Amino acid sequence: MVLFRKNFVSRFFNLIPLLIIFFLAFSETDFNFEKLSFLSFNLIYIVIFYWVLKNPDILGYGFIFLAGIINDVIIGLPIGVSSITYLILAGFAAYVRYLTVEPSLIYDWIVFVPSIAVTNSVYLYILRIFFDIEVDYIALVFNSGVTILLYPIIGILFNFLSKIIIVQKNV
Amino acid sequence: MVVSRDDFSIAIRSAFLKKGTKQKFSLLALIIASIILLSLEAINSKSLNFVRSVVKDVVYRTSFITSMPGNSITSVFTKVQNYFEVYEQYEIVKSKLQQLENQKNEINYLKIENDKLKKVIDDTDIYNYESITTKVLVDKKSPFLKSVILNKGFNSGFKRGMPVLDGPYFVGRITEVNYLSSRALLINDLNSKISVVIEPLGYQAIMSGNGEKTALLEFLPKNHQLEVGGLVYTSGTDGIFFPGIPIGRVELIEKKFQIKFFSDLSQLYFVNVITSKPIGSKQ
Repeated sequence: MVLFRKNFVSRFFNLIPLLIIFFLAFSETDFNFEKLSFLSFNLIYIVIFYWVLKNPDILGYGFIFLAGIINDVIIGLPIGVSSITYLILAGFAAYVRYLTVEPSLIYDWIVFVPSIAVTNSVYLYILRIFFDIEVDYIALVFNSGVTILLYPIIGILFNFLSKIIIVQKNV
Repeated sequence: MVVSRDDFSIAIRSAFLKKGTKQKFSLLALIIASIILLSLEAINSKSLNFVRSVVKDVVYRTSFITSMPGNSITSVFTKVQNYFEVYEQYEIVKSKLQQLENQKNEINYLKIENDKLKKVIDDTDIYNYESITTKVLVDKKSPFLKSVILNKGFNSGFKRGMPVLDGPYFVGRITEVNYLSSRALLINDLNSKISVVIEPLGYQAIMSGNGEKTALLEFLPKNHQLEVGGLVYTSGTDGIFFPGIPIGRVELIEKKFQIKFFSDLSQLYFVNVITSKPIGSKQ
């Protein structure tokens, strides 16, 4: 019984990043504030970048792909756009992981800037060029900016979660 | 950190081709899968549309269930907020009621006159057609795209292009229809362009969504003498919508004439979809 409980708790903590991205993709809850649109940010980007960089086994690429498809269906975008952007971001994170010897939040943050820039450029490019869908550029720039600014803060919170996961694993 | 060209290529290969211990797919394979899915979006076949419709119905229903806890918390906050605003609203309602009483008699007279004139010109309006009330299933507030998912689809006779009303006010049109659900593109979406008429001067223009709570007026006549307070209705000249559905009022915002909507597009719970079926028809 004790072993079962330990396993359950450990698995639950492991599932938190996955639950966050699926909850954000599925539900109406997100961080796009209508009245304070300049404070909107994309938490899914932060979750994907952080966890693929830190512990890719927690957030499988297949789940990232699936979350992207769900997000597209809910928002009403052509199916596949979010998947590509999420996977490109995951690609950046995986690439940095293979190059980094000593991980640090500041270094990750610096790399997060070009990653978001490229990811959102691909997103814009696909929507504008291939599907002729108008996108609010300014809102997207603000969204990217706030996402970048919030990365270290949310990163610190995820560091705690990461430590809990390691502790639970070793119990 | 000194990195040679070999290290770069190894890192890129590892990132995109290598599968982790618990990964079932490589990144490259999934990116290719996404590109294939995107390419399929351009294909319009019956079987693909059916699959899309089923997937969307399932995702929308799941989304509705997932959103329930968040929505119930929001509704509690809204109820508390409304409670505190009751007195303020009472005062406003009281003064409005007085105004309405005065207008009522005038409206009755105009209505009779309008009905007579309509019979003369054999005009059609939305009140001659059946409307279906439907619930807003999901309202994901995207900063880039403004649309809502509705609880009914082609099982209820919905078709693409049908006007969506909040009470008597125009709020959008159906852009996607599945078996059990549909999507309505709201009039403040960047991709929404509707032909309108501005009364009392009768100017024709195009209302273009700007992603905000207002919409822009485009293609107004040169040297127009538009005034703040003018009422905006659908013109029906595009042949898609019925003419005369109220939309909003002209306001001067940031030195530009814009339309302030009568309806609050962020608070849509139930909407009416006007069908192409005349009232009283059997089919």
